[in-house]
Amino acid sequence: MSNVKQINTYGVVAEFTSGHAVLEVAHKAREAGYTVMEAYSPLPVEGIDEVLGRKRSILPWLVFGGGAFGCLGGLYMQYWMAAVNYPWNVGGRPTFSWPAFIPVTFELTILCAALTAVIGMFALNGLPRPHHPIFNTPNFDRSTIDHYFICIEATDPKFDEQDVTTFLTEFKPEAVNTITDA
Amino acid sequence: MSTEEKRDPDGQLPYISGHSLSTVSEKIADVTTLPIKKMPKFWYGGIILGICLVQLLFLAIYVLITRGTGVWGLNIPVAWGFAIINFVWWIGIGHAGTLISAILFLFQQDWRMSIARFAEAMTLFAVVCAGLFPLLHVGRPWLVYWLFPYPNTLGMWPQFRSPLLWDVFAVSTYATVSIMFWFTGLVPDLATMRAKTDLLWAKKIYHGMSLGWTGAARHWHRYEIAYLLLAGLATPLVLSVHSIVSLDFAVSNEPGWHTTIFPPYFVAGAIFAGFAMVLTFMIPVRAIYGLKDLLTERHMNNMCKVMLFSGLIVAYGYGMEIFFGWYSGSPFERFMVLNRGSGPYAWSYWMLILCNVLVPQFLWSYKVRTNPIYVFIICQFISVGMWLERFVIVIISLHRDFLDSSWGQYAGTRWDWAMYIGTMGLFLTLVFIFIRTLPIVAIFEMRELVHKNEDHDEDSH
Repeated sequence: MSNVKQINTYGVVAEFTSGHAVLEVAHKAREAGYTVMEAYSPLPVEGIDEVLGRKRSILPWLVFGGGAFGCLGGLYMQYWMAAVNYPWNVGGRPTFSWPAFIPVTFELTILCAALTAVIGMFALNGLPRPHHPIFNTPNFDRSTIDHYFICIEATDPKFDEQDVTTFLTEFKPEAVNTITDA
Repeated sequence: MSTEEKRDPDGQLPYISGHSLSTVSEKIADVTTLPIKKMPKFWYGGIILGICLVQLLFLAIYVLITRGTGVWGLNIPVAWGFAIINFVWWIGIGHAGTLISAILFLFQQDWRMSIARFAEAMTLFAVVCAGLFPLLHVGRPWLVYWLFPYPNTLGMWPQFRSPLLWDVFAVSTYATVSIMFWFTGLVPDLATMRAKTDLLWAKKIYHGMSLGWTGAARHWHRYEIAYLLLAGLATPLVLSVHSIVSLDFAVSNEPGWHTTIFPPYFVAGAIFAGFAMVLTFMIPVRAIYGLKDLLTERHMNNMCKVMLFSGLIVAYGYGMEIFFGWYSGSPFERFMVLNRGSGPYAWSYWMLILCNVLVPQFLWSYKVRTNPIYVFIICQFISVGMWLERFVIVIISLHRDFLDSSWGQYAGTRWDWAMYIGTMGLFLTLVFIFIRTLPIVAIFEMRELVHKNEDHDEDSH
């Protein structure tokens, strides 16, 4: 048993000053046959999802599911409480007087859908994740200010540190660094 | 500002000018990372005043809980006094934040970006202040969970046909969704703050709060979807909340309350009051922190237009109330209208007309709309006016209703006022803590705005 954790290469990261550059690199890298990569940017880069070959997230369907659950669950809750478990005759009106139950049903629909949207978004993104190898990149702080980074990851079948570094250097980045996962 | 500045095709000044991605990030982050000793006197004054008034709030709560709700001026016939007035006033103020962040987002109004964060924060703080009133009005706030449907030994459930219960669901949903919306918007900015601060402990806190945001493309992708969906969900929500608040009144058969115009009229009033409060804080903050290039006169102009428009809807509501009083054919409704204008509380009604109908008409003038001092003064009138509106609705209807043998008078006691002023202190304190600790303008959205302008410039060359 060894206490020393194996240190692996996580990938090669190039740093740029514009989103267009990152878009171009991603495009060329796809053409060159790289598949496992990720861009890091201070604001969403338009068109990057298509270039990286990402499909639209399933999040909207989850949110729809959450909303449907809130709506039907909320209505059923009120039905069961007011008409089944403790029926209460108010002025001879039907126990399941559904129009009066709509406001609560509506609020629960919004509540469940919104909870699903936020929790679902963070869960699908794998957040919270305090430690990520990408934070080992020198100057990565600027990814939240004005610099754009692209990382070709070591898990890419075509990955070779030397080749990738040469490939990325051709685009005249601010810096190219190999980063490890520790 | 120089007169040679680039103007857009409509001849308007830009919402942001002379900034790059890094300067805009820096400028906003600087407000927060300023060393505590260099904070402006305005900030110290604000937070000290706020904390003093919070002590008053604590005292008022202590007296209320130890002696009971009798310390308030409530009695029959007026059993709903300051608590409901203040509740509706605060929750209405909160609505501007959601309107700016959700509805204007869906309409792609870029000018919302600079004011959205601040307005959303004010939403949260206003909801906190609003929530205190019903919470304390129940008399035994530690039993407030009785309001929610939970399995209990009596085997009973809440009355789902009651607007007061709808209110519980509406306000708690509103508070939850507002917090989530605000936090989601903050996450990329917290990552920026992590980069911008030099203090290690602050870095760690910002990093933790940002949940380890990296700005990965796949994260942005889901982030943008989630934000859009949240805006879409918050939009009907904000309209429903004040509608449901208004149903607390409209579902009863009290003269002056039982009208169908209440939901839209309340929502418009909420926006009216909310924008006034956002401007009340925005005007001093932008002057003192030198944010005039981000919070421009054009923003003020736009917000004043929203205020003018919602103010006109409110004025229409007042007109309709008089019309309904006459058209209902009910002697009680007719009396209510006459009693508003000439009864013992006529002063409040005419003050209300002055504050909410007459004074806002100055906003038709472009010169007034772009003058911070005039706008600030008008906003104070509107805040007072919107409080008086709820006073008129609640007190004047209740104090003389159907049975003239049980007519009476109402006045808030010192503890009513202490509680009301105390919540203002709570609001102030929260706002100033927010200014100190979190970016008050959405940094990443401003970056998007800068980026958009740059792209636009490139295209036009």
